[in-house]
Amino acid sequence: MNSVKQYFNNIWLGLYTVAIGLKITFSHLFTRAVTIQYPDERLQLPERERNRLFVNMDDCIGCDQCARACPVSCIYLETIKVTPGDIVGRTGVTSNGRKKALYVPTFTIDFAKCCYCQLCVFPCPTECIYMTEVFEFTDFERDKFIYEFTDMTPEQVVEKKQKLDAYQKEQDEKKAAAAKAAAEAKAKPAEDIKK
Amino acid sequence: MLQFLQNIFGQGSIWVYIIMTLPPLVFMIIFALAAVWLERKVSAHMQDRLGPMRTGYHGWLQTVADITKLLQKEDIIPVAADKKLYILAPYVVFIGSFAAYSCIPFSSQYIGSTISLGLFFIVAVSSFVTVGIMMAGWGSNNKYSLFGAMRSVAQIVSYEIPTVFVILSIVVLAGSINLQEIVQAQSGWFWNWYIFGGPGGWSKIILIPFILVSFLIYYVTSLAETNRTPFDIPEAESELVAGYHTEYTGMRFAFFFLSEYANMFAVSAIAATLFFGGWQSPFGDAIPFLNTPWMQVFWFIAKGMVFIFIQMWLRWTLPRLRVDQLMYVSWKVLIPFSFVNLLIVSLFVMLR
Repeated sequence: MNSVKQYFNNIWLGLYTVAIGLKITFSHLFTRAVTIQYPDERLQLPERERNRLFVNMDDCIGCDQCARACPVSCIYLETIKVTPGDIVGRTGVTSNGRKKALYVPTFTIDFAKCCYCQLCVFPCPTECIYMTEVFEFTDFERDKFIYEFTDMTPEQVVEKKQKLDAYQKEQDEKKAAAAKAAAEAKAKPAEDIKK
Repeated sequence: MLQFLQNIFGQGSIWVYIIMTLPPLVFMIIFALAAVWLERKVSAHMQDRLGPMRTGYHGWLQTVADITKLLQKEDIIPVAADKKLYILAPYVVFIGSFAAYSCIPFSSQYIGSTISLGLFFIVAVSSFVTVGIMMAGWGSNNKYSLFGAMRSVAQIVSYEIPTVFVILSIVVLAGSINLQEIVQAQSGWFWNWYIFGGPGGWSKIILIPFILVSFLIYYVTSLAETNRTPFDIPEAESELVAGYHTEYTGMRFAFFFLSEYANMFAVSAIAATLFFGGWQSPFGDAIPFLNTPWMQVFWFIAKGMVFIFIQMWLRWTLPRLRVDQLMYVSWKVLIPFSFVNLLIVSLFVMLR
């Protein structure tokens, strides 16, 4: 008798629990979807998110601190010294008033290597390297991830290099002349002693 | 419609037969496209998601895109497969589910074939799908496919018995196995539908609980026959990869899908025909313009779609049954209930 009761109870439970389940799913049919349709709607990024770097070359003084801070060495920096009387950029000064003493002919960041640690951002004295909001820049070729930030044209680079070389040569000549003069001046007292 | 076509093309013209088969075929394809999309949307919204949203308005072209993709796919036949069975299986499955449409009355003016054994034919021919599934499972030469096919056969063999008992109880009430006649017996207002006891005096109220039970049993078994959750153990994605169509690609795979969805509508249509008055408008002839042949098509498809929706609803609510539970439900619950039900209904009809 007990097993018969169990049998009918099971059938009842089977139907009843299915009805409960159906009620729940039906109510969910009309609840608002939680989906955010990504490219159209975006979640707000967290406050300390770390994304693609950007370098504002107007402020860069070529101090190389970011490249030295980088743990994966993905920042490549080259500099040319400024000859006297020459001005870097339009003003020769950064926006926070530092004098720019170096041309920066290459400022390359390889984002395929970059680990987005933000360590390069902190040491920058002029705050010219910082993180942007861009985090979606996938590509099919690895070369496309090498970003070049410098604002100098190749002709300018050649010109500045030649200028520096010329200046250095001039300086070297001057130095040599001065050294020669000094040597002559040194030699004279010696002659005097001989006399 | 047969009469109309015969008037145009003449008696026995081949065109009559070709054109008569077209409406169900066109309906089947459009329905499968719509139902796959609907299934995805219903499942998505039941899980608080959105589902396909990118192709067309709310993704309504998604299935068209899917079919386009499937058409472009490479047609792979496994080296170890039994080639003849493997190639033939999708078509056998498709024929099985398409043949069932030949006896479904879409409206008072359209039924594929006017044979008087309509219901019997449908029950018989829908078992043909099982043969196709078995062919696919065996021909694939893959253990998962074979498992799926074996399960499918075991399931359909078990569930066909309560189905037939339940259908018989309606046949006893209507006194006919011709679906068109069963529908015509339910003409008038919606309380003449068999779910409400069918036409007749107040004594039919005694019958209503038994009809409700038989409807419930029919619905459960129809889920099992179309291999849908909670009875989808032949396909059981989480256990058997994809069951009997694991090895199929491209258009052959699409054929399995098409026939699966066509089958879904076929069983829903039979549920609508037997219990909910088929193409009859709920208001009967009281509002004549709602009961014209074209409106009848609308009522019929609408009723079918309600059951399709309930199938989807159940699918995204219930977990899958174990094999032993499946057998328990069929042999120990559904068969005794449907048998007692048939006896009581027959007794009622005899005494009335």
